[in-house]
Amino acid sequence: MSDLWMWLGNLTNSKVTALLIFFTSFVVIVLYVYSGKKRKVRLESYKDIPFVDDHDKIPGSSAGSNKGDN
Amino acid sequence: MTMSTTAGTVAGAQANPVTGKAAAVEQYNYDIVKKFAIMSLVWGVLGMFAGVWIASELAWPFLNFDVAEITFGRLRPVHTTLVIFGFGGSALFATSYYIVQRTCQARLWGGRWLAEFTFWGWQVGVGAGVLLYMMGFTQGREYAEFVWPLDIAITVVWVAYFLVFTMTLVKRSQPHIYVANWFFMAFILATALLHIFNNLAVPVSFTSLESYSLFSGVQDAMTQWWYGHNAVGFFLTAAFLGMMYYFVPKQAGRPIYSYRLSIVHFWALSFLYMWVGTHHLHWTAIPDWTSTLAATFSILLLLPSWGGMINGVMTLSGAWDKLRTDPIILFMITSLSFYGMSTFEGPLMSLKSVNALSHYTDWTVGHVHSGALGWVAMITFGSFYHLIPRLWGVAKGMHSTKLIYVHFWLATIGIVLYISSLWVAGIGQGLMLRAFDEYGNLGYTFIETVTFMHLPYVVRAIGGMFFLAGIILMVYNVYMTIAGAKRSVEVDVTARSAAVAR
Repeated sequence: MSDLWMWLGNLTNSKVTALLIFFTSFVVIVLYVYSGKKRKVRLESYKDIPFVDDHDKIPGSSAGSNKGDN
Repeated sequence: MTMSTTAGTVAGAQANPVTGKAAAVEQYNYDIVKKFAIMSLVWGVLGMFAGVWIASELAWPFLNFDVAEITFGRLRPVHTTLVIFGFGGSALFATSYYIVQRTCQARLWGGRWLAEFTFWGWQVGVGAGVLLYMMGFTQGREYAEFVWPLDIAITVVWVAYFLVFTMTLVKRSQPHIYVANWFFMAFILATALLHIFNNLAVPVSFTSLESYSLFSGVQDAMTQWWYGHNAVGFFLTAAFLGMMYYFVPKQAGRPIYSYRLSIVHFWALSFLYMWVGTHHLHWTAIPDWTSTLAATFSILLLLPSWGGMINGVMTLSGAWDKLRTDPIILFMITSLSFYGMSTFEGPLMSLKSVNALSHYTDWTVGHVHSGALGWVAMITFGSFYHLIPRLWGVAKGMHSTKLIYVHFWLATIGIVLYISSLWVAGIGQGLMLRAFDEYGNLGYTFIETVTFMHLPYVVRAIGGMFFLAGIILMVYNVYMTIAGAKRSVEVDVTARSAAVAR
């Protein structure tokens, strides 16, 4: 185990270490975002946040005339 | 016309019958958004004028007039600072303050004064910086030419900005933090990191504006381009994506195409951008592996960049007709198209073999402007055309829709003239500088490349003039919109006073 820590602590291995950490994190994020039906519904529901406090709709403009316009 | 003067106030607030002002405390701080939006346009006009002037100096050198303060070397950082930090920076302050309040349903943290401090600090910093450049005071670091006292002052302003933004997120009413705010947060944190490390320097004395960088040689070059490219990545890309993720759905009246794609877009962009700066230093004394690493990550960046572009463009899915009827949407979708184009061209130019031709030529300058004018400026124009009538409560929208169309075409024609002329200039220049005869001698003299580039330089200057004319029209349109709003308020107040008197 101490060999592993020694290897990680060696600056010449920092490129591989960084790549492993970042790539693993990214794969975990992608798996998290694109798995689970309930999560899909929850995450996609956040897209309506910009329309939550629409009290300044401008008549005549195309803005705020469709889906998501509360 | 009755103004919607209650926009941004607590719903149901009691209005004063004479002044028409809401008695309750405003729910949102729009005053600071208005100030930043106006100054963004002011710096935009000045910065683009400086750009047109120096482009004209390259085409017609007599325009230097032998006046040191307006020579290319001094005006170039004036141009880049005014458009990046004056125009772009103020636009980002304005839109981030607006978006964070609207998506969190919370007023800006820190009261009125902390936000005001960020406004005055930023404007004074930009103004003092460009005046000092014209007087000849610069650090000589690209896109970071501010002298050391200004660097420290900007750091203080940025910490205040970080506090206002973050604490507003903390006190939000909305449980989820909308993705646009993630991009703004990344922009604020990354810019702080970049600014501090790139500007580490030892002043000559406390009474001198001169300083020496803490880095030297290859380390200095790598630090500069780590800063330089991430300024593009986090200041000119991530932050404007935050703008895009809010204003494109709002103007289209439809939510973003895929929220999950926006999450992946955010993380992929954040992971990848930090590694690519060294592609500006191909074929120099840097270690070869750093060059390869930067090129590899640059190619990988194509994926999140195009994912984000597709996410923005597909927001119009099922409502493409808006492109025929809404010039603001036209601005936004065209900006996304330029974003896609420049994020394809960037990775292409980061390949070592392509870079051997493109580097040190005007192709790079053209590439930068396809991103800066096509993406950054166009998405800002679109967002401001959406924002200005709402900030001043003008129910009918902008003063003139026709002028928005004219602005759009002036800007688009200007960009096309600009980038196509510099493709010709840059690729031609690169080929001429690399040409050898059968004995290994240079095929062309340096002055022959300069002569070749004269015509493209003239076309580039004309392209810039088109773009400048566009923003001047926009300023007129914005002025008339605001003036109309003020006149309406006065008429409204007079009518209310008469009603009370009766």
